[in-house]
Amino acid sequence: MIELIGVHKRFGEQVVLDGVDFDVREGETVALLGASGSGKSVLLKHINGLIHPDAGQVIVDGQNVVTIGRKNLARLRTQIGYVFQNGALFDSMDVFENIRLGLSDETQYTDAEFSQDRVTECLRLVNLPPETAKKFPAELSGGMRKRVGIARAIAGRPKYLLYDEPTSGLDPVNADIIDQLVKQLDNELGVTSVMVTHDVRGAFRVADRLALLSEGTMALQGTQEEFLQSDNPRVREFLERDFHTAPVAA
Amino acid sequence: MEGPARVGGTIGAATGETGCDAHWAGWTSVSWGSTILPMNAVLVFPRFIGRAVLGGFTQLGRFSLLTFEIIRGLREWRIWLPRTITEMASVGMGSLFIVILIASFTGAVTAFQAGYQWQTSLPLYVLGTLIVSNIVLELGPVLVGLVLAGRIGARYAAELGTMRVTEQIDALDSLGRSPASHLIIPRVITGFVMLPVLTILADLVAILVGWYSVKQVLPITDADFIYGAQYYYRPFDGYYSIIKAFFFGGAITLISCYTGFNTKQGAEGVGRAVTAAVVASMVIILVLNATLARVLLN
Repeated sequence: MIELIGVHKRFGEQVVLDGVDFDVREGETVALLGASGSGKSVLLKHINGLIHPDAGQVIVDGQNVVTIGRKNLARLRTQIGYVFQNGALFDSMDVFENIRLGLSDETQYTDAEFSQDRVTECLRLVNLPPETAKKFPAELSGGMRKRVGIARAIAGRPKYLLYDEPTSGLDPVNADIIDQLVKQLDNELGVTSVMVTHDVRGAFRVADRLALLSEGTMALQGTQEEFLQSDNPRVREFLERDFHTAPVAA
Repeated sequence: MEGPARVGGTIGAATGETGCDAHWAGWTSVSWGSTILPMNAVLVFPRFIGRAVLGGFTQLGRFSLLTFEIIRGLREWRIWLPRTITEMASVGMGSLFIVILIASFTGAVTAFQAGYQWQTSLPLYVLGTLIVSNIVLELGPVLVGLVLAGRIGARYAAELGTMRVTEQIDALDSLGRSPASHLIIPRVITGFVMLPVLTILADLVAILVGWYSVKQVLPITDADFIYGAQYYYRPFDGYYSIIKAFFFGGAITLISCYTGFNTKQGAEGVGRAVTAAVVASMVIILVLNATLARVLLN
């Protein structure tokens, strides 16, 4: 379970998170919605300790990320796969080495046969051919880079998966493919996922529950029905803006 | 003379500023004798000093943290050792041409200048002493250090800076892996090891070229040159050259890794980090050069 309690974060004078409460139950997928610059990625980075809150608690798997200590945090991070917005692939390494780095167990990492099999398996899970392993990130399309980023995140068999805008910058066809992939991985791997996005259609298609971050606070966290029936003006404004351009296909 | 007096405003009025500024809230101007200065102008200098001091301590704190990370990461030798060997090979092979080029010209110029300044009252073998001492004690390590500050310093700052702004360092962190043992330690050890190695090479090349060159301008024999080179030479001269290179290598790689690792704000930030790494490395080399001369040669 992931739980954020009263999280505050500011950068200089700018308050990004102002007492945010957020929770994700075991095995569910939560889409974290919000406009650009609303602090969604900042919130996600709190979950695996890449950013520490000024105040509040971040509990992951029963451990407080803020006070856990360096060694335990590194251990916890092996349980949390993180898919970065732009892939964040190591551009000096080929796809094989990128995914292999995701193997958290050092014995598995140094076992050539195991790592070869695991990389191939991860590529299959993200619907990429085994030949992709020999390519470098610069040789991949945007959609492929995102999928390799996902493959790296799942290589260590994490319990939690955090997606930072996995469909941003992709055309609608590729965005749909990534959405389907997220859903497929959730089903096949049984992970607990948080997906940061501003794509309402994708969020409704993939998530069990949704959360809307607005003006530094959590405007609403609930099921799809609760979102659609909400009278909260911030929720209405966000949904209607997107619904006008593309109807929801849940 | 009268002291400053408050003019206008109300103490405690909200100005939107924080900390020390809050104390001055409401002070719109200060009178000093017959001169009335706006409050902002009065605070410019103290603010500048305060920010500079805080900035300095912030940098020092960050540098200390990085150093602790490096020391802590040394235990993970299985990770950094293979990367260090690769990095050493890359820096060594990549710097070979420029080091030999610089050493050759340094040796030649030292010989030609010695020939130009030559006094016929001195025995010719002194030229061997002059050329070898100049190269080993000063020119070899310093020139190699300055050139590699540009070459390696810029490269490391740019590599790590780009990795920082493209979230590759965050990605390593998120995989539970230590950026220090994957990225910093291999580079820093490479600096500590390869600068001395390249300096030994540079010293040898510069001496050989200087030997050949001085024979072109003065009637010195090989026996004279070798005699002069050995006459005043002490083994410590060679150690001193290597010790200097060792410190220069460590300084270049630590500074460039630190600036690259703490890069902010995209491509512009990477550019700033590279400039800062090269300038700071060169300045530190000159400071270390003077310090080591004072400490080790006295």
